[in-house]
Amino acid sequence: MNFLELIWMIPLFPAAGAVAMLLFGKKMPNWLVSIICPGMVFTSFLVSVGAVYQLSSLPERQFEKILYSWVPGASFQMANGQLSNLGADWGFLLDPLSSIMILVVTGVGFLIHVYATGYMSHEGGFYRFFGYLNLFMFSMLTLVLANNYLLLFVGWEGVGVCSYLLIGFYFHKKSASDAGKKAFIANRVGDAGVVLGMFTMLATFGSIRYTNVIAQAGSGNFHIGDAAITAITLLLFIGVTGKSAQVPLYVWLPDAMEGPTPVSALIHAATMVTAGVYLMVRSNILYVLSPDTMAVVAGVGAFTAIFAATIGIAQYDIKRVLAYSTVSQLGYMVLACGVGAFGAGVFHLMTHAFFKALLFLGAGSVIHAMSGEQDMRKMGGLAKKIPYTHATFLVAALAIIGTPLFSGFFSKDEILWRAFISPVGSGILLYGVALITAGLTAFYIWRLMFMTFYGESRVDHHAAHHLHESPPVMTIPLMVLAVLSLAGGWIGWPTVLGGSNHLEHWLEPVLGPGAKILEEHAAHGEHAHSTEYMLMALSVIVAFSGLSLAYYFFIKNRAAGDSIAQKFSGVQKLLENKYYVDEVYNAVFVRGMVMNGGEALSKFDARVIDGGVNGVAWFTRLTSTASMWWDKWIVDGAVRLTALVVNLTSYPARILQTGRVQLYAFSILTGLLIFFSYYLFK
Amino acid sequence: MLNEYFSSVDLLVLKPAILLTLFAIGVLLTDLMLEPEQKYLNAVMALAGVGFAAYSLGPWPLGLQHQMGMAGADALEAFRGAVIVDSFGIYFMWLFLIAAALSILISIRYLEIEGEHRGEYYAIMLLATVGMMILAIGMDLITLFMGLELMVISIYILTGYLRRDRRSNEAALKYLLLGAFSSGILLYGMSLLYGLSGSTDLRIIASSISQRPAGDPLVLIAVITICGGLFFKIGAVPFHQWLPDAYEGAPHCVTAFMSVGPKAAAFALLIRMFLVPLASVRDVWLPLVIGVAIATMTIGNLAAITQSNVKRMLGYSAISHAGYMLLGIVSGNENGLKGIMIYLMVYAFMNLGAMAVIVAMRRKDIIGDEIDDFAGLVYKSPTAAVLMLIFLLSLAGIPPTAGFIGKYFIFLSLIETGHYGLAVVAVLYVAVSLYYYFQIVTSMFTREATDNVVPALSPGIRLALGVSLAMTLFIGLYPNPIIEVAGNTVASILR
Amino acid sequence: MVPLSYYLVLSAILFSLGVAGFIFKRNLVTLFMSVELMLNAVNLSFVALSYYFRQLDGQIFVFFVMVVAAAEAAVGLAIIISVFRNRQTLNVDEISRLKL
Repeated sequence: MNFLELIWMIPLFPAAGAVAMLLFGKKMPNWLVSIICPGMVFTSFLVSVGAVYQLSSLPERQFEKILYSWVPGASFQMANGQLSNLGADWGFLLDPLSSIMILVVTGVGFLIHVYATGYMSHEGGFYRFFGYLNLFMFSMLTLVLANNYLLLFVGWEGVGVCSYLLIGFYFHKKSASDAGKKAFIANRVGDAGVVLGMFTMLATFGSIRYTNVIAQAGSGNFHIGDAAITAITLLLFIGVTGKSAQVPLYVWLPDAMEGPTPVSALIHAATMVTAGVYLMVRSNILYVLSPDTMAVVAGVGAFTAIFAATIGIAQYDIKRVLAYSTVSQLGYMVLACGVGAFGAGVFHLMTHAFFKALLFLGAGSVIHAMSGEQDMRKMGGLAKKIPYTHATFLVAALAIIGTPLFSGFFSKDEILWRAFISPVGSGILLYGVALITAGLTAFYIWRLMFMTFYGESRVDHHAAHHLHESPPVMTIPLMVLAVLSLAGGWIGWPTVLGGSNHLEHWLEPVLGPGAKILEEHAAHGEHAHSTEYMLMALSVIVAFSGLSLAYYFFIKNRAAGDSIAQKFSGVQKLLENKYYVDEVYNAVFVRGMVMNGGEALSKFDARVIDGGVNGVAWFTRLTSTASMWWDKWIVDGAVRLTALVVNLTSYPARILQTGRVQLYAFSILTGLLIFFSYYLFK
Repeated sequence: MLNEYFSSVDLLVLKPAILLTLFAIGVLLTDLMLEPEQKYLNAVMALAGVGFAAYSLGPWPLGLQHQMGMAGADALEAFRGAVIVDSFGIYFMWLFLIAAALSILISIRYLEIEGEHRGEYYAIMLLATVGMMILAIGMDLITLFMGLELMVISIYILTGYLRRDRRSNEAALKYLLLGAFSSGILLYGMSLLYGLSGSTDLRIIASSISQRPAGDPLVLIAVITICGGLFFKIGAVPFHQWLPDAYEGAPHCVTAFMSVGPKAAAFALLIRMFLVPLASVRDVWLPLVIGVAIATMTIGNLAAITQSNVKRMLGYSAISHAGYMLLGIVSGNENGLKGIMIYLMVYAFMNLGAMAVIVAMRRKDIIGDEIDDFAGLVYKSPTAAVLMLIFLLSLAGIPPTAGFIGKYFIFLSLIETGHYGLAVVAVLYVAVSLYYYFQIVTSMFTREATDNVVPALSPGIRLALGVSLAMTLFIGLYPNPIIEVAGNTVASILR
Repeated sequence: MVPLSYYLVLSAILFSLGVAGFIFKRNLVTLFMSVELMLNAVNLSFVALSYYFRQLDGQIFVFFVMVVAAAEAAVGLAIIISVFRNRQTLNVDEISRLKL
């Protein structure tokens, strides 16, 4: 069977599932829904595997399946003076990049679907949930398989709509619909960027089809730093910041955790949020042609990485920690693109999909076991109670901090290495930021581990009574993902460690042209292998120091008895008095900056500073306070301001609408007079 | 002797309009014989009239052109040049018939609920359609004026059709007063055109105007008054204020009809006026159109954000859509005009679809046009909710729905003609428009239902929804046929 | 022989009076009469121009305008009556429920 010819059907299977849910879902029993919807995704997965296998035997490793021509392009003056009309087709492109994406999306997507059949079994609207989820799979697969930017945009909007609907799935939660609104506004800003970028592309290249754009960009007609290309890449990058949750548009992602946990795992960790990274890798040749954009991208990525990691330290909601962690890891991927390491970005995208989906699903399993409790302060000592969840979670936690041999190690290290030798910007600075982020990541992930799974139990009686391991339908996907989190990185085993980095060779057809341009125009210093070994060792050391620090604060410090507790009473107090910071936030931010700000700040001073707090804790609090402050006021403020401005501008538009006929007639007359005066005074 | 005044060509050209008129009279007569519970037969009769008119146009899209091919011309002139049938006219006639048919389908149940189910409703709707047709094929000021007035007077009556409803009365009164006022202004401009050329034939006017010196004050005043009148009819800012009130007050099914048919007819008139008599003074009116287009998109989109009534919101959205379409006139090249043509056709389907859902929301004791009425619709009727979602996405212009294709061509033409600034503004307003369309979506999908009354999807509404959905998706997914047809249409008007 | 421009100026003045009446009067029926005044102003210029050009198009146009004005008045008065039935007022300011 020729699977390559069938790639256009890959998105259609989940679409069929979604349509079936819409039409007949209401009358279907849950077990049938649990077969149809994951089954459709699994069919897509099988076809994807077949197609990718056949693709690997094609010499050019690229296959384009065009169904029909969709929209015409701009009348465009070709280099030879001919007018051409290059449009966009309804067509699909399977190449090494999209093959990785479809395997990840359908594979991880299938596991999460299976998991969700268990997780959502007690919820109302079962069929509706799976209908949305299948619709999401359709959109996501369209996004990654499209052969032009317009079709990509179809998927781009589709995943946005599904994400919006799924965040608001628990409609009785007010916070859920607010979160949906935030996601909506942030993504609209991003979308406007993508559309404008697309039209600029149309004006520059006359086409929005990948192969045309790449061929034109690589034809040598565009020199490095071309203004049009810089504009295109920057506009697309606005879209990336929206979809892939980068500063300053990342705000929606942590709030999106209001949706059901499988949604967080599938959409807000493994697949949708990586669409922005995919878009950049897809347009890598354009980015390579614009060093200015690359510098912006690298800067934004690095800043997002460290910034979100500091916030993650201060969160108590288990899903929020993971959400900020996702933002931070996406920052890594964007950073990778910014330093020209697109392959490393894709690699990290893939490994992150495995371990972050696992972390979220594990967290879901914990929440499930805890009867819906998400506050880590009410957990602890769960390792023995839910052994499978704990074991798999442990693998993911080791993977994300970059423990050698685990998948995260290879991908993160490649990014760090490429940042270090980066020809773009100042490599050492970027490397330093990324390294500190690695330390912070280890700290907050293991803080989560210790608070949740180890130490003494803080579970209340009611929840303890119901504490139970999740059913196999939930734990088996966890195990599969655990295997992937461990071994998924081995296909990118770096040459320096004796591997052959299959992934990079596989991606060669997509990234080759861009890499060539980059090499031609960048001075490449020689870097010894020893440097690479040293950096590797350094990052492992940093990661484990973060882990040890977390151990010290969250296990040792607690258990070491009164003497230590007294010696570090400030820390102890801070850690145990969970509402300290919350109180301050409440006082400062919620009750109003203006009225109670001064008082609250002095309270903050009295308790936090005068209490003689340990330096590390103080620094942690400070940075997280600063980031939270930024988050709450600057970014949320910006979102609210947008809404406010829009609403405010709406009123003047309406105020003239008095309902009186004669004023309407007067406005008509005014219009005519404006016309007249335009000619009089022109 | 008679042949000189009424030839077979004249008959051929007017056949659709004549058939519609006959059926309108027929509906009035048969209405007298029907029992109250049989009144739906009026709708059947009116639909038959539309069907016959469509048949006389020949197979879509170029049937009449084949007939004309036999007459040996690609544009058919009749009544000594007062009427001209080219693919432009045929395209619009089809559009009007589609709008009329879908509106009739969604009216049946609504009028039954309102207790105002009488034959004259359908008769007036058919006559309004006749007016629109004449507007699309007229080539003479008198013909155009008569078509215009036939259309708008019929719509005044339909707007005030619910005699006992205060909102309906008020909307009709406002619409009529302002409509007459603006017709006066338009007519004044027409008298100036006549004064400039000594003829009411658009082509003669065109050649006279092209010979006037640049900056001739008479031409300026004529352009301004004509623009004012036309902008009023399409609902462009600052001549738009009648529109939200009329949309909100009119019966749901009339809002649906008037947002599509008369609007397209007004655009047909506007394109005709700008491209024939006023073509040579493009430099004069272009700044006006640009300014009005920007103002229209701004006011339409921004004012829509804070609306709580869905019909009123769609009214403001209709204003903003007029703004986008004016951009096609600004670029004025082939793709721009093609964009307007496609936009109008697509708008007919998606807007009628969205209005059909609103009509379905009208149940006993529930008017159903507030955003709150849509709360939790997905739990009551997933089909209606999903359909509404698709229509709203299309209205916002998200691919792969049909609404995108219209906007795409207009933006494309702006890029081709170098109006980058306008393109950026238009794209940004699309982002704004998503915001208010999604207020309805949020209400439907993420809020709890406030009542258990399931929307009534009558067979007529089902059929209308089905057709609208099919066309919205089909045009969005496979736009080639309509692009080709619109291309022919534009070629005929640019010739 | 009265020159053409006199007619046109008179027509413009009448038209402006009609517009002013439409905007400043309060009674619905007066509003209607103002619109009629605007239409008749246009009719005047059509007739004058037609006479000036020595051809009939303009005069024919006037007939059609009169027909339209009559139809508009018929419909308009009907609507005014139903408005009056529902609200017991002919003051245009009080008919402003639909707004914003």
